[in-house]
Amino acid sequence: MKKQHIVLFSSVSLILLFVLGIYIYKNYQAQRLGFMAQENASVFVREYSQTLGSDDAKVYLIKFSDPACETCAAFHPFVKQLMGANPGKIKLVIRYAPFHDGADYFVKILEASKNQGKYWETLDTMYKSQRYWASHHNPQPQRIWRFLPRVGLDLDKIRTDMKNPDIVGIINQDLADAKTLNVRKTPGFFVNGKPLSRFGYQQLKELVDYEINKYY
Amino acid sequence: MTIEEKTSNSDWVIVFICWLVASVSTLGSLFFSEIMELAPCALCWYQRIFMFPLVIILLIGLFPFDKNIIKYALPLAIIGWGFAFYHYLLYSGIIPESVQPCSQGVSCSETYLDLFGFLTIPMLSLISFSIIIGFLLILRRRRSK
Repeated sequence: MKKQHIVLFSSVSLILLFVLGIYIYKNYQAQRLGFMAQENASVFVREYSQTLGSDDAKVYLIKFSDPACETCAAFHPFVKQLMGANPGKIKLVIRYAPFHDGADYFVKILEASKNQGKYWETLDTMYKSQRYWASHHNPQPQRIWRFLPRVGLDLDKIRTDMKNPDIVGIINQDLADAKTLNVRKTPGFFVNGKPLSRFGYQQLKELVDYEINKYY
Repeated sequence: MTIEEKTSNSDWVIVFICWLVASVSTLGSLFFSEIMELAPCALCWYQRIFMFPLVIILLIGLFPFDKNIIKYALPLAIIGWGFAFYHYLLYSGIIPESVQPCSQGVSCSETYLDLFGFLTIPMLSLISFSIIIGFLLILRRRRSK
């Protein structure tokens, strides 16, 4: 064998091995998470987790998100659109993975808005106004208070409620579950326990459609 | 085949092995970061900086075979080895975490992966750099004879 051929052959083998590794690893992950979804559903949905959609929905869309993450904000309307296109079939579960510095603050506001029954409205407003308070070069968390009255929240009550230590417990539990499920970037999506292995709008839609076709 | 041709053939094989080790390490580290999504810590990045170019440099040294490759590849491998060794000490707790350079983001001393119960990522890196240095030194010795 010529030297050139040896090197070429090695290169091709290594790359093939790499691709095979990707395939095996993704398969293994999907299986492991699928098993977890059956045996230990609470890793995906906790008692306290906020959910949107019908209780009869058979497709659970779990979103590990960070209020200060731009991609999470960008996906928010898309997820709502998916739910609108499949009424009653999808249940959205919000889990927290506040990886940005200081993102806990916004999760606390969000959780405090639960007491006033305005969780989803607050989330919508947060994502819409995100660029004003969460810009990367100049984050100004205090600016968020300007946008909250739009939702019709009692701001004094939010300020008291967000100090509730239970919220810290929720954040820690969500972060622990994110670690168990290998969520290292936000948003982290799972559809009925299956992770979104290739990230993107179209890929998420395909995964959701696949599960819908399976159950309906 | 003359004796001279034979020696140069084995020399080529030595560099080829080094290239193979560097390629496997590069692809392996990319697998850890891109596929398994283990974010590389600061020290991992420094080791990558000295491992990735070896793949290219060693490959160029193979066609046509250039004995000067030792001169170019060895410093990279030695510096990389230094980072790997430091990282290994940090990982095994010989150097306390308080003196580590990276504080934000990913911890350099937290164990993310344990293959077969004893192989960690810094150890893999240390082994790869050691093999490359070892072979390059052998080559240098053969050449200086």
